[in-house]
Amino acid sequence: MTGIVVVSHSRPLADAAVTLVRGLIPGLEAPLEVAAGLPDGTLGTDATEIMAAIEAADDGTGVVVLADLGSGVLAAQTALELLDPELAARVHLSGGALVEGLVAAYAAAGTGKDPVAARADADAAASLKLRQVAGPPPP
Amino acid sequence: MSPTALTELDAGDTAAWIRRAARLIAVRADELTALDAAIGDADHGANMKRGMNAAVEALPDAPEAPAAVLKQTAMALISKVGGAAGPLYGTFFLRMSTALAGRQTIDTAALADAVAAGIGGIVQRGNAETGDKTMLDAWSPALQALRDRSGEAEGTLARAVAAAADAAAAGRDATEPMLAKKGRASYLGERSIGHIDPGAASTALIMQALADVVSGRVTGEA
Repeated sequence: MTGIVVVSHSRPLADAAVTLVRGLIPGLEAPLEVAAGLPDGTLGTDATEIMAAIEAADDGTGVVVLADLGSGVLAAQTALELLDPELAARVHLSGGALVEGLVAAYAAAGTGKDPVAARADADAAASLKLRQVAGPPPP
Repeated sequence: MSPTALTELDAGDTAAWIRRAARLIAVRADELTALDAAIGDADHGANMKRGMNAAVEALPDAPEAPAAVLKQTAMALISKVGGAAGPLYGTFFLRMSTALAGRQTIDTAALADAVAAGIGGIVQRGNAETGDKTMLDAWSPALQALRDRSGEAEGTLARAVAAAADAAAAGRDATEPMLAKKGRASYLGERSIGHIDPGAASTALIMQALADVVSGRVTGEA
């Protein structure tokens, strides 16, 4: 099954996002790992921790990575460069917003979609919200 | 007796560079953080100090080759810095290491090639270019200074690295009037003008550290 990794500067933010998605979509069991914050509790990201999370989330199917912003993305890209190239080829970094993208990717993974399709769903999640906010088209 | 300048860098000299860079960054950490407080999140000095200290701790007693020193430095920075500077400097030293694979010593031309490879990594990772008010604005003129002198005859390393350190410092100062186009500072728009970029400032210190080692002013213990 496609695995998911949540990358954030903040451990509480990442843990809350995981609690949220598991609460919103109960009954699915996609592998879900967190790499967030620094060991001393301060804000930050660690590319080597992201590597370990990707390795833990992959069962051979591949992984979608959701990162919050800025150096979260840089650290995730660095982790891809450091990973075994064979595994890195199965890892897909989403450009989606963290919460919207995570819900979409988790649902996709849990319903059997491959990492490419799950990443596409995560990337599209923000535009679905934009349409929701815009409301129905004028008659 | 005046200090003896190095004509090339071996593994021990490369380790001395990392120790000296850690020392300069530790001494100036508060200053780097103050620059970051103006246009970022006020952690650059503390982050770089923590990362460079981890890099020094990772140095082997008897390093085998410059590439090994640079790779260990890269991994320490990637895992310990925490902010964007970790992946950026980590990728810089990783690409430098790859460019120097198999070499026991580094002359001016090899140094220039390795710095160019490192800059390529920063450009790829940060998706930035010169003039965006980032560390590239210090690295790029430093590389140009190395390139300008890499064709000269013997004894060029000390002059080339001194010129590169001066160029990095000038590049750092030149970021002050720039509008930030990358990183956290870019959220501030016009308010980013009038402040030196903290990443360019730490880059200038790293180049100064190399100049200190190459000139012979500081030794392996730095």
